[in-house]
Order: sequence, then C-alpha cells, then structure tokens
Amino acid sequence: MITLIKRPTPSRFWSFTTPVLAVIATMIAGGVLFSILGKDPVQAIKVIFWDPLLGPNAAYFRGQLLVKAGPLILIAAGLAVGFRAGIWNIGAEGQYIMGALAGASVALAAYPAESHWLFPAMVVAGALGGWIWGMIPAVLKVLFGTSEILVSLMLVYVAQNFLAWAAFGPLKNPEGYGFPGSRNLQQYPSAHNPELFAGTGMHWGVVAALIAVIATYVLMQRHIAGFRIRVAGEAPRAARFAGVLPANLVMFCLGLSGALAGLAGMFEVSGPSGQITDSFNAGYGFTAIIVAFLGRLNAIGILLAGLLMALTYIGGDMAQLMLGLPTAAIQVFQGMLLFFLLGFDLLTHYRLRLGKGSK
Amino acid sequence: MIGGIDIVTLIAALMAASTPVLLAATGELVAEKAGVLNLGVEGMMIVGAVAGFATAVTTGSPVLGFAGGALAAALMASLFALLTQVFLSNQTATGLALTLFGLGLSALAGKGFEGVRPPPTGKVPFGPLADLPVVGPIVFGHDWMVYVSLALVAAVWAFLKYARLGLILRAVGENHDAAHALGYRVIAVRFAALAFGGALAGLGGAYLSLVRVPQWTEGMTAGAGWIALAIVVFASWRAERVLIGAYLFGGITALQLQLQAAGYAIPVHFLSMAPYVITVLVLVVLSATHRYGAPAAPAALGRTFHASN
Repeated sequence: MITLIKRPTPSRFWSFTTPVLAVIATMIAGGVLFSILGKDPVQAIKVIFWDPLLGPNAAYFRGQLLVKAGPLILIAAGLAVGFRAGIWNIGAEGQYIMGALAGASVALAAYPAESHWLFPAMVVAGALGGWIWGMIPAVLKVLFGTSEILVSLMLVYVAQNFLAWAAFGPLKNPEGYGFPGSRNLQQYPSAHNPELFAGTGMHWGVVAALIAVIATYVLMQRHIAGFRIRVAGEAPRAARFAGVLPANLVMFCLGLSGALAGLAGMFEVSGPSGQITDSFNAGYGFTAIIVAFLGRLNAIGILLAGLLMALTYIGGDMAQLMLGLPTAAIQVFQGMLLFFLLGFDLLTHYRLRLGKGSK
Repeated sequence: MIGGIDIVTLIAALMAASTPVLLAATGELVAEKAGVLNLGVEGMMIVGAVAGFATAVTTGSPVLGFAGGALAAALMASLFALLTQVFLSNQTATGLALTLFGLGLSALAGKGFEGVRPPPTGKVPFGPLADLPVVGPIVFGHDWMVYVSLALVAAVWAFLKYARLGLILRAVGENHDAAHALGYRVIAVRFAALAFGGALAGLGGAYLSLVRVPQWTEGMTAGAGWIALAIVVFASWRAERVLIGAYLFGGITALQLQLQAAGYAIPVHFLSMAPYVITVLVLVVLSATHRYGAPAAPAALGRTFHASN
C-alpha cells in the first residue's frame, strides 16, 4: 500500500522533472495512439518531434516554429499570472479574436492611407480590444461575484459569432468578388506585420512574446505585486490580511491576460494570417492554457513549453502530409500531455511512501 | 401565433432543444453535489455525441447508440475521477484538460462518420393522444429520450432528497473530512457521482448527434456543456430548478432558431449569440441576488480530499 504524505512546500526537483516526465509519457501514449491508427509509432514521433527541427526540410519549418510559438507564449504568459492568483481566464480565444478584430478594424478604416503611425495604432487597438473582452468577466466578478470561468468562456462563443458577422458584413473586402473575409493586410504595407528577418519567422508578435516573458518574469519573481499575486493564489486568507484587494487582483489579472491575448490576435491577423475570416482563429487561446501549465506557470517555462507546443503543431502538419495522420490526433496528443502533467504533479506536492505512513 | 412564432410549436421545440443540456446539467449536478467540480462536461458531451453516433450507425440501433455514448462519456469521467481523486490534481485544470482532450478525441474518432445519417430515434406511439390540439404536440409528441431525460431529473431529485445514499453523497459534498470520519468512502462516492455525471453528459451528447441535428460534425456541442455548467449554478444546485433552467435556455435556443426561420431582420450571427449572452446575464442576475442570501454551493465543491491531512 502506498501512502501519500503532503510536502510542506512543493518539491523544486519534481517541479522541474514532472514536465519532462509528462512529455516522455505522452510520447509513449501517443505512440500507442498512432499505432492504433495504423501508423508506425517510431516514425510518427520522429516526424513530429525530429524532422521539423533537424530533418531534410527543416530550414522551412524552423521559421514556422516561431510563428506558432509567438501567440502561444504571448497568451500563456498572461494567463499564467492569473492562474497563479487562482483567477481562471479560459476565454483567451475570445480575447484573441476581439484583439484581432480591433486591430484589423483600425487598419481597414485607414485603408489605403500609408503612415508610420498606423501599425502602432493597431497594436494599441489590439491590446485594447482584448483588454475590454477580458474586463467583462473581471467587472462582473468584482461587482456581482459571477464565475469568471463561465463568463469568459461564454464570451468566446459571442466573439466567434461577432467575428463571423464582421467577416461577412462590415469588414468584408469590397473588392473581394463576394468572398467572405477582409482585405489582406499583408498587401497593405503600413498595416503589415512582416517577417523581420527572412526565414526566421520572427515578426513583431514574437518580439512582443519575448518582452511579455521577460516582463512577467520580473513581475512574478522580482516585484512585490507578483509576490502578492502568488500569495493570493496559495493562501487567499493570508493575502487578505496582508491588504491585497481581491477586486484589484481580478481586474489586473483578467485585464492583463486579455490585453496580451488581444495583442496576439492582432499580430496574427496583420502578419501570418493576414486576413479576417470567420475561422482565422486557430484555437491558440485554448492551447495556451496547456502551454501555461506545461511551463509550470513560470515565464521561462512557458517560453520552452510554447516552443514545444509549436513543434507539435508543425510536426502534426508534417505527419498529416507525410503519413496521413489526422490533424485531430495532435489535439488528442496535446490533451494527453496536459493529463500526464497534472497526474505527475502529484510528485511535486506529495511524497510517496510504501506501507502505512505514520506521520 | 405571435409575430410569426407559433407558441405550441415553440414549446414542443424547446423541450427537444433543452434535452441535451438538461441531461448534462443533471449529471453535473450530481457530481457537484458530491463536491467535485468537473469542468469537462463539454468534452464528455462531445465524446458521447461521437460514440453514440458511431455505435448507432454501426449497429443500426439508436438505443445501443445512447448506451454507447453514455458509456464512453462515463469512461472520460472516470479518467477525470482518477486524476482528481487518486492523483489529487487540480479540478479546474483537469476539467479543462478533459474538455480539450475530448474535443480532439471526438474529432479523431468521428473522421469516418461525417455526412452519414443515423438510424432514426422513434417517437413514442401515443396513438390518438398525439393528435390532441395543444396538449398533443407538447405532452405526447416526443421521442422517448425526452421522457427518459425527464424521468432522470425526477429520479435524481428523489435520490438527493429521500435516499440514504443521496444523503451520504450530499454529506461528502458538504464536508468530506466529516464524512470520512463517519466512515463513508469519500473517494468511492465521488467516483460513482462523476461516472454518473459523465454518463448523463454522454446521453446529452448522443441526443445532439442522433436526434437534434441529426448528424456528426466536429465541435457540434458548441458550448452546450459549458451552458450545462452555468445551469447548475443558475439552479442553485437543486434538481427541480435544473429543469426550469434547462427549459429556459432551450426556449431561448428554440426561439432564436424560429426567429431565424421567420426571417426577422436581425443578423443571424447576433441571434446565434443570444444563448451565450443570456447565459451571462442570468449568471449576473443570480450572483447578484445570491450575494445577500445563503450560499447554495456544496461547501466542499472543488476542494481536494486527502485523507491523511
């Protein structure tokens, strides 16, 4: 019989080791899944994790890595701050959409004027769009005590419908021959978020993601506000005695994660995706939740986790191309990763002992 | 007829429209009454939808389809139970994981079933009763699953209120340490409650793919599982109010669809938003009023139980 004994403080060793263990376990379980689907598991794992980095066509895929990792890291960095405080923003997908819509609307309103101020204005609009969408659950929670989980999630569906309406209606390209979707911002120099160095996939969104990682790292590890956020999450009562106002915390965390998700959407729509369509959002807002947990809600961890998750996207595309592996298999793979991570986390918080534990 | 909307048709339609959410919310109610917050309802529902659909199509029997959907979703719930009750993982995070996993798994499993029509689920033959005006379509005009869902709500209500096991389940949900001290098996009770909740979410999902749509499409639950979670809050954790809540939301969905059909000048996308916006509004109104009343949520809801504490 194994008994669990709660550790007084989470184990540092295990908190670094469990994500690695989870990745390995997911690869094994993924291999089983792939062989059920009739694919050679070893080859599938190689195509997903090895070929995009070091395979024959890696030069192209390495650029894609940053393109996919950028939004994931940017969103997850914001979400992690809230998760640390026990504030669950799971509507990042909606905030991402609204940020993209706000940013693109500014650009489309200015079209075809060229100005150096346009792109910065879009950045502000994008952040603002996401911030407003994140503040709705925040304000409702503060004023009425509604669950931010349910409200932020419901707002994803509202945002999706809003996006569809905009893509078919006001933002539709007047010269688009009746096809739904906006003008392509990639063909509008002032509004385009270009690749900064050819072939790297580096665009302003990736720069913003790196800044967000550094900023949230400083905030959480070096600043008193970050300390308060952590206390509020781990010991809410103690935090209240220490004078942390829950209302401010809720507004800050949801506002921040909303703004960052909005930025991610804006950089995506003005860069890699280029166009507002009713389905341009690729679920980054949900995958970022996995990234935040895989990165242990820690800025540096999120950076690594974002890159890994981006790799599974690219590897998944490649596996679809080369092995005919369905895209959904990668979604399952990502979900399993989170399961294993949460399961292995037991080791971080509890000590296992054989036989009956006496104390 | 009011403004092009036929009231009798609307009520009959809302009963069918509510059934998936009603089933899922009733299941989640039982899980939450046992003190576990399972945010994976959406994931369990969609797995139930695809499993039910696949079973019904391959066997040709809707009954087996519903059973298959319930079983698959109950397995998903057991996975959640294993992680949260044995591996003591965070319930919020695990529930989200269950939803993300379920969405992926269902998309993968449903690949070969797109564009297929399921075997029809029959209406209950009430004979001449179904031809009665007003009462006919509302009371006697449904498929058997609608009546099953109502029976399940009644059973859950009675179970929680009168059964000894129901009392134990509620005790576990209110104070797991006290229940444990009394010798009740907290983890076993929660496992059972979660599996039951999963099975009902699966039935709800299967109802969507076998009766409501009836077809399999990726992501077809479209937030129904989350609305079910909201309904449990709306219902203040009481079975009879779950019924009211689910029918209210079903009513909005049905009305919204009828307004689309009646060709009102409101853009379709705004009408499709309505159920979600109204869910938010209802949550607001409810939370605002609860602030001044007794908290209705089970006291141990969402808390991890670890016996040697």
